[in-house]
Amino acid sequence: MALLELGAEGPRAAADGFLRVDDETPLPPEGAVIVSLGRFQAERDALLVRDGELGVWLDSDESPKDLADSLGQLALVACNFPAFNDGRAFSYARLLRERYGYVGQIRAIGEVLLEQISFMVRSGFDAFEIDDPKALDEFARVCEEVRVVYQPTGDGQETALQRRLGR
Amino acid sequence: MYRYDEHDHALVQDRVAQFRRQVERRMKGEITEDQFRPLRLMNGLYLQLHAYMLRVAIPYGTLDSRQMRKLAHIARRYDKGYGHFTTRQNLQYNWPKLEETPDILAELAEVEMHAIQTSGNCIRNVTSDQYAGAAKGEVEDPRVWCEIARQWSTLHPEFSFLPRKFKIAITGCEDDRAAVKVHDIGMIMKRGRAGEVGFEVIVGGGLGRTPFVGKAIRDFLPKEDFLSYLEAILRVYNQLGRRDNKYKARIKVTLHETGQEEFTRLVEEEWAEIKDSTLKLPKEEVDRIAKHFEPPAFRSLAEASPATDARAAADPAFAAWMRHNVHEHKAAGYAIANISLKPMGEAPGDATAEQMDVMADLADEFSFSELRVTHAQNIVLPHVEQDRLPELFDRLLEAELASANLGLLSDIICCPGLDYCALANARSIPIATQLTERFTPEKQEEVGDLQIKISGCINACGHHHVGHIGILGVDRKGEEHYQVQIGGSASEEAALGKILGRGFSADQVVDVVDKIIETYLELREDGEEFIETYRRVGQDPFKERVYGTA
Amino acid sequence: MAQIVIASDLGSGRVVFLAKGEKADEVAWRGLIENAEVADDEARANELLALAEADANARHEVVDPYLIDVREEGGVLRPTKYREAIRCLGPTIRQDLGKQAEGAEA
Repeated sequence: MALLELGAEGPRAAADGFLRVDDETPLPPEGAVIVSLGRFQAERDALLVRDGELGVWLDSDESPKDLADSLGQLALVACNFPAFNDGRAFSYARLLRERYGYVGQIRAIGEVLLEQISFMVRSGFDAFEIDDPKALDEFARVCEEVRVVYQPTGDGQETALQRRLGR
Repeated sequence: MYRYDEHDHALVQDRVAQFRRQVERRMKGEITEDQFRPLRLMNGLYLQLHAYMLRVAIPYGTLDSRQMRKLAHIARRYDKGYGHFTTRQNLQYNWPKLEETPDILAELAEVEMHAIQTSGNCIRNVTSDQYAGAAKGEVEDPRVWCEIARQWSTLHPEFSFLPRKFKIAITGCEDDRAAVKVHDIGMIMKRGRAGEVGFEVIVGGGLGRTPFVGKAIRDFLPKEDFLSYLEAILRVYNQLGRRDNKYKARIKVTLHETGQEEFTRLVEEEWAEIKDSTLKLPKEEVDRIAKHFEPPAFRSLAEASPATDARAAADPAFAAWMRHNVHEHKAAGYAIANISLKPMGEAPGDATAEQMDVMADLADEFSFSELRVTHAQNIVLPHVEQDRLPELFDRLLEAELASANLGLLSDIICCPGLDYCALANARSIPIATQLTERFTPEKQEEVGDLQIKISGCINACGHHHVGHIGILGVDRKGEEHYQVQIGGSASEEAALGKILGRGFSADQVVDVVDKIIETYLELREDGEEFIETYRRVGQDPFKERVYGTA
Repeated sequence: MAQIVIASDLGSGRVVFLAKGEKADEVAWRGLIENAEVADDEARANELLALAEADANARHEVVDPYLIDVREEGGVLRPTKYREAIRCLGPTIRQDLGKQAEGAEA
């Protein structure tokens, strides 16, 4: 499973600085970790004073609403796609960026398809755990393949309407 | 009608190139069928019983002669010389090849057409009243808003993996010819208290396994809030709609399970956050699109046409066609002419490439080059001079497109069924053709307005739930079997039909319909139409006649 | 109960049937039911299906292979289910289209 991160200069393969820790496993004494929403809610105080960056992952039936108060202290929010066609996280990512103003990493995990990447980027994802060996090479292409977008999202891309109105 | 600008063109062309690349990856085995399926569905390509099926979008059922000719050309070049018009105003080809589909899409793009999102769990073709911009009684042309919704919904990054498909219909007048009350979102244009134009918003209508009539969640939505409100509904649905059970995933179930009040509250709460955002529609853009839907240059004509009336008096065949297929137009001296695609003994809604070419020519000569597709699977020439109706009729006769049966019992809405569709449990087309052959034109006249709708499976693409007589094909112990229901209606008085009783074999269905009709003819009063008699006398007289339990 | 494997050709979407290939563990896909490899028992049927699925994944020429029941009637192989019979012949209301028009016996 490769991790791709999207930075200002474009996508790159990245080493994962975070350790995903399941609910039963004790946390390492230091270092960046990703925990489930349930664990975050149960152990919030301990997690926040811990030495190391904190990420929380949301399953597809867990809304970012439940993290809204804590986002300022999270370096990362990961959204799970249990199946690629469970599209709830597209809304979650948009809410994180556009409603709650989250500026940390939003990572797509689970079943992530190359052909969905452009939608994910537009929705606010900037990191992707993806299996497809072609993902890095094809990343730029799948994002730029359709030059025109109709819908405004938080990514700031100029829409057809904005071009028409000269804004 | 709407004309693409450079941005619209670019999107459709890029989409073709993208799909071509995706097809190549699939043909080389770089992506599996499971990964490819949603991509091909988002380009309207199904795998059916005999071949692939391509569903071409005809946005809000409006097309011009150039586009109709292209559809004819594609039928000839890439298919088997015909196409099928659907209950969502689209066109289906039954025999395209996957490897040729990128070329088909490229040809469609040349005439501003595509097959984007005509399948898959995304927002589908936004449909409308086939008489939009032509009939009297319209508040405003709804197609302006259909086009706005079309662009907003095309490749929407947040809503391309919804719990299930999503269908929107918008009508501009109270006479609902677009079945808005059985759509996921239905919108009816209306005037507000100060006379300003806006929308009533209805959510959660739908047919299929669990049919529902939609519920009004907002009585009046101002125009400038059109897109933000749609976005709010979709965002609530995307998050709340069930993902665990395909049969409970439509918004009609979400609304039912959440409760209308709570659902409405969630939508209004989300909408409050976004209503003043970038989705607020600038008047400039609405005006730009509205310009494309300005009426054509109607000539100044007299209200009536004595010559046409004289022809009707002298020619019963022409008179019958006038009576059934021609509808009143808002402009003096004009008429709306329907071309029936329900000839006796043929598959309802099919047209050959030659017929498509003829209809394109007729549109050029009689109707400002414009045509419409109805959700009853017929074609409309929306703006015909009354004086020229006799000439049009003669041309239609030559082309065998003059069946004078709009709204009569042989104007059947029928899905492709088990003759074509991989989802079907039983055949539907043979039932339709048998029905058209059983009842003579005279009998059909006597019966009057009667909407028979036939589906080959519970997915209800034939809209059987809202037929005056609805027929559903099922598989019963390995045999084709048919359930009959009556009393449905897709109009503004939307209602779901009630099953009569136990079902019938294929060779019994026509007799059953005959008995229902005989019962109606015996019981009707004062020129009542079938549906009116039904509402007055109820189910029992029909049940008794059909099952012999009187 | 005799069974055969039916699938759809990836590129054309047309119905194809699993037939014996040139070598023992090879498969071929043919357009007419008369050329289908028939399995007379469940074990053989499962073998054929496994071969078909492996081939579908490896050579990506076909999609959705599955087993159907067939019987012989008057020297012609026929599916026992009407849905599959329609797949093998073509639309019943258009005798001029589909395999029935290309030589398949009704």
